[in-house]
Formats: sequence, structure tokens, C-alpha cells
Amino acid sequence: MCTGIVEKAEVKGSGKGPNGWFKLEEVNVSYDHPTDAPLENALNIDFVNDKMGLGARVAVELSPESARKLVDAILTALSRGEGLSKNYESDTA
Amino acid sequence: MHRYTTDMYEGMLAETTTVQGFNGDIINAYFARPLGPGPFPGVVVIHHMPGWDELYREMTRKFAHHGYLAFSPNIYYRFGHGSPDDVAANVRASGGVADDSVLEDTEGSLRFLKSLPQSNKKIGVFGTCSSGRQAFLAACRLKGLDAAVDCWGGGVVMSKEELTPKRPVAPIDYTKDLSCPLLGLFGEEDQNPTPQHVHLLEEELKKYGKTYEFHMYSKAGHGFFYYDRPNYRQEPAVDGWKKLFGFFEKYLRISS
Repeated sequence: MCTGIVEKAEVKGSGKGPNGWFKLEEVNVSYDHPTDAPLENALNIDFVNDKMGLGARVAVELSPESARKLVDAILTALSRGEGLSKNYESDTA
Repeated sequence: MHRYTTDMYEGMLAETTTVQGFNGDIINAYFARPLGPGPFPGVVVIHHMPGWDELYREMTRKFAHHGYLAFSPNIYYRFGHGSPDDVAANVRASGGVADDSVLEDTEGSLRFLKSLPQSNKKIGVFGTCSSGRQAFLAACRLKGLDAAVDCWGGGVVMSKEELTPKRPVAPIDYTKDLSCPLLGLFGEEDQNPTPQHVHLLEEELKKYGKTYEFHMYSKAGHGFFYYDRPNYRQEPAVDGWKKLFGFFEKYLRISS
């Protein structure tokens, strides 16, 4: 590792890899050299399921700016979606 | 200098094999060597952080083409098998490979190379990026190396906060134990190691009277040998390889 910067979290959901959909168990987020993206360092996200082997991986390598946009997009979508749920609950209460 | 000319016989054998490494594990390795009785010097080619990949296969064969028994151990062996990038992702998620593990894999490779009948018993170590750091570490902590090449090895200088159980000591702290000549190739625009890191290492090398040769290239950053990455810089890369082979020729080739 050149930076060795990695953060991990347990996740629930599904990812689509080379062999189709599989159950996700963990996400590894690192800031280090990417394999493919034309950057010296990238924000690398690996959705994995260790029990299914190393190939059970959905990988993205993003520029820092793109990663921030992704974070904003996720938070906005979550906020809107959870807002809808709350409105629905109050309408139907 | 060892040079090929168009009227010479030339042959090479390159294949995967195994070697005993850390903890007595039998790990896999890629071995490229020139054909013939030798004697040939050897090089342990420690692969970089992105994995035991095609680029390192090519570099291993490049050493063989230049007349070296080139041996590249899979230092990620214990993290499973799969495509090199999937294995590297697992290593990255696990916080990297432990220094002690790399050192023993390197020592096993070194021992194997020296045991060969076509070996001239002179062995160098080479690495880039994370493995540049590991090459320096090997040159400090292992016995039996005759030359080391550290290409832009980041993390030789480490703060206390950066130390981990896998990397418990900053390699710079072992400088006094450096047991062979060292060549360092660096880029002025690199963020890890920065020119300041390189300067600190150079000061340590001077302090302990070590034999070393450092080259700092302007308009180059990290990984300027990697022709498949945007950081590739043609002139420093060509000059760097030339300096590298000149260095290994000087310290590993026994003139007849």
C-alpha cells in the first residue's frame, strides 16, 4: 500500500459482478492507487462478499471530486426518499 | 556492460514456480531467466501495490533479457487467488501486507537464486512504489544482498501515527543496517515520497556513510516507469532504466 488509507463498513444489499447479482456484506473505501482510473490516487470503493471469494466484488475508482458528488447525490436521494416515507406515514396515520 | 548484439544466441525461459517464504509457506513466484550455464547475477523483483500483475511479469522478463535470473515472488499469496486487481483489493482492504511477511518471502527468493548452479551468487533486489520501500527494507534487514534499487518507495519515512502492527518501524530507522549499495530513483512532483522525504533518507545515508546513488527527476512524479499510467514520463523512464542497469552491472556482474 502506498497510502494505506482504508475505511470499512458492513452493508446490506446486492451488487452485480461478472457472474451476476450477489449478496453484499461489506464495503471497503480506500484512498490509494487505482488499478484502472487514470489518476495517481483515487477514492476506491469495493463492495464485496468475502464468503463468495475475491471475484465477488463491485469496484469503482473515482476522482476525489467525483467521490464528493457521489456522497452528495447519495445523501440527497436518501433525504428525499426518507422524506417521502415520512410523509406517507403521516398521511396514512 | 552486458549487451546483446544481433549475432548472439539469445534465449529465455519464463514460468511460474514456487518457493518457500514467510512462515515456511510454499508461495508461488514468477521466474524468468536467460538460457545457458551462466554465471548470471540474480534479482528479486518485489511486485508493487497494484498486485502481482502483468506489468511485473514484463519487468521480470526485462531483467532476464538483460542477463539476470529474475525472480518475482507473489507477496500477496496469503490473500487468496483471483485476478491480480481482485487480490490487490483484498490486500488493500486488509491494511496491506506485513513487512515481516515480505521480508521472509524475499529472503526465500534470495536463497533460491543463490542455490542455482548458474548463479554468480550476486543478488540484487528491486521494487517500485510500496515495493521500493520493501526493497530498501530488505537491504537493511536481510543478509546476502549485493545491491538494492528503490524506485519512488513511499513510506520509508513514516510518522508515529502511520505505524501499524504490520508496518511497526519506519524503514528509515533501519538505515544504519543497510548492507549493500542503494540506488534511488525519484520524481520531483511525487507526493509520496516527497522530495523532503528523499532528502531525509539521504541525510541518514550520509550520516552512516552508506554507498548510495540518488536521482531526482524534474517533471516526473510517482510511477514514471509505468507506460500504462498517466504518470509515465518517457525521458526519466528511459534514463532511469539505464541508470538501474548500470548500477546492477556495477555491483552484481562479476567481470570475467
